[in-house]
Amino acid sequence: MIGSIFAVLDRTGRSVIHVLEELGGMLFLFVSIARWAVSPPFKIRQIMKQMEFVGVKSLFVVILTGLFTGMVSALQGYHGFKMFSAESLVGSTVALAMTRELGPVLTSLMVTARAGSAMAAELGTMKVTEQIDALYVMASNPVKHLIVPRVIAGVIMLPALTIVSDFVGIFGSYFVGVGLLDINKGMFIRNMTKFVDLGDIYNGLVKAAVFGLILSFIGCYKGFKTTGGAEGVGKATTEAVVISAITILICDYFLTALMF
Amino acid sequence: MIELFDLHKSFGKQKVLDGLNLTIRGGMTTMIIGRSGGGKSVLLKHMIGLLRPDSGSVVVCGKDITRMNDRDLNEERKKFGMLFQEAALFDSMNVLENVAFPLREHTKKKDSEIRRIVRDRLYDVGLSGVEEKMPSELSGGMKKRVGLARALVMQPEIVLFDEPTTGLDPVMSEAIDRLISDTQRNFNLTCVVISHDLKSIFTVAHRIAMLYEGKIIAEGTPDELKQSDNDVVKQFLKGSLEGPISVM
Ligand SMILES: Nc1ncnc2c1ncn2[C@@H]1O[C@H](COP(=O)(O)OP(=O)(O)OP(=O)(O)O)[C@@H](O)[C@H]1O
Ligand SMILES: [Mg+2]
Repeated sequence: MIGSIFAVLDRTGRSVIHVLEELGGMLFLFVSIARWAVSPPFKIRQIMKQMEFVGVKSLFVVILTGLFTGMVSALQGYHGFKMFSAESLVGSTVALAMTRELGPVLTSLMVTARAGSAMAAELGTMKVTEQIDALYVMASNPVKHLIVPRVIAGVIMLPALTIVSDFVGIFGSYFVGVGLLDINKGMFIRNMTKFVDLGDIYNGLVKAAVFGLILSFIGCYKGFKTTGGAEGVGKATTEAVVISAITILICDYFLTALMF
Repeated sequence: MIELFDLHKSFGKQKVLDGLNLTIRGGMTTMIIGRSGGGKSVLLKHMIGLLRPDSGSVVVCGKDITRMNDRDLNEERKKFGMLFQEAALFDSMNVLENVAFPLREHTKKKDSEIRRIVRDRLYDVGLSGVEEKMPSELSGGMKKRVGLARALVMQPEIVLFDEPTTGLDPVMSEAIDRLISDTQRNFNLTCVVISHDLKSIFTVAHRIAMLYEGKIIAEGTPDELKQSDNDVVKQFLKGSLEGPISVM
């Protein structure tokens, strides 16, 4: 009896310590990223390479996602608004949803799946094959070389991708609404410009930057902590995607509560 | 040059180093031998601060690196070159960029000069015309030699080699052994070499240290070790199945 109580306490204690250790490790890494990000020399070539990887190479999936999200939102909105004969509000509704929510969130989730996972896998492989140790040995800091360029790329490219996503999403809704469903073109656009202001777009972009930080940070953190060969790399990759996605969705709620 | 005092290191419940003491003398090649999985690589990583001991200290040129902050440790590491057991080449970079990496990081040399130095170092390890290849396109032995070129490119004072000749053919092993002992002599380096290659033990090493069950159980010149009456050392040098070292 007493023994089993101790066993439970022991296990709880261990998991609390484990969580604290994990959080401490994250905080430590975060501080060191912040420090290295502002201290020269800047790894311009690395940063450009990561920006290409995170940004340019995600363009296609982001466009597809944005386009079809805008299109399907228009379709759904049309059937809803039609009941109140307010079809012309479709454009503004979709535009608001895209700029405030769907643009940043869906873009971030897609980039998490594409680039966040790749960051964890790549750094994880470097960790288990001692390439990160090799950096230390050559007196080069892996945080500066590997993590800072990825985090910078995430923070810069996610807003950029979100702009694209907003734009094609709105275009998709216009195409479905005006092109296929015959909503009045003038009303569609007038309502859109009336209800959506720059603040909505701006807040959406701030969100995207935060999500970019989250997905690149977690991808790198998980990669950096990888142990245990190929299996460990697989585990780190999965965890990076799941934890990033959940963190993005939770943060989205709180950011929205703060902003709007 | 490198002094290890009472090092203890465990991974989980597994004790790897158990009160190890060893002095690596400057300007000499010390070879570390010991059974597979015995903790030789772990020991080597302690010398350059990649692993921190649970207790004990590692003193390099009079400074205790286990109590250093990251910046000082980083400075200290500039004295070192290291060849990893699996070479640890950066697989996103080609051979040229791998070997050039420390030069680009820590010197202001011009690109043409860097290329020349890299070509020379690769030539020293018997490689030519591989500059543009990626590590994944190299054989294990070639990777190891690229790793060797990278370890030596900054002309460090102390070089740590983790099994430099494992996986090479006998002729190439001999050439690498010769390269190590020539470089050591010409630049008066301090070298630590892990090896299973009994032949090279007696051509390269000035001193030999045998690691067994987390401790250095014997240390001395090759001849002293050959004369040793320690059963473990005798069995190991003979490569015999009979003796205190059991395979299981
Ligand atoms: N990072 C680590 N985490 C957990 N255990 C480790 C770690 N590194 C080494 N070990 C364990 O420590 C022991 C010694 O490993 P080490 O690599 O030093 O052996 P070795 O003497 O170099 O062997 P070999 O001659 O085969 O290379 C092994 O049992 C290994 O499982
Ligand atoms: Mg080893």
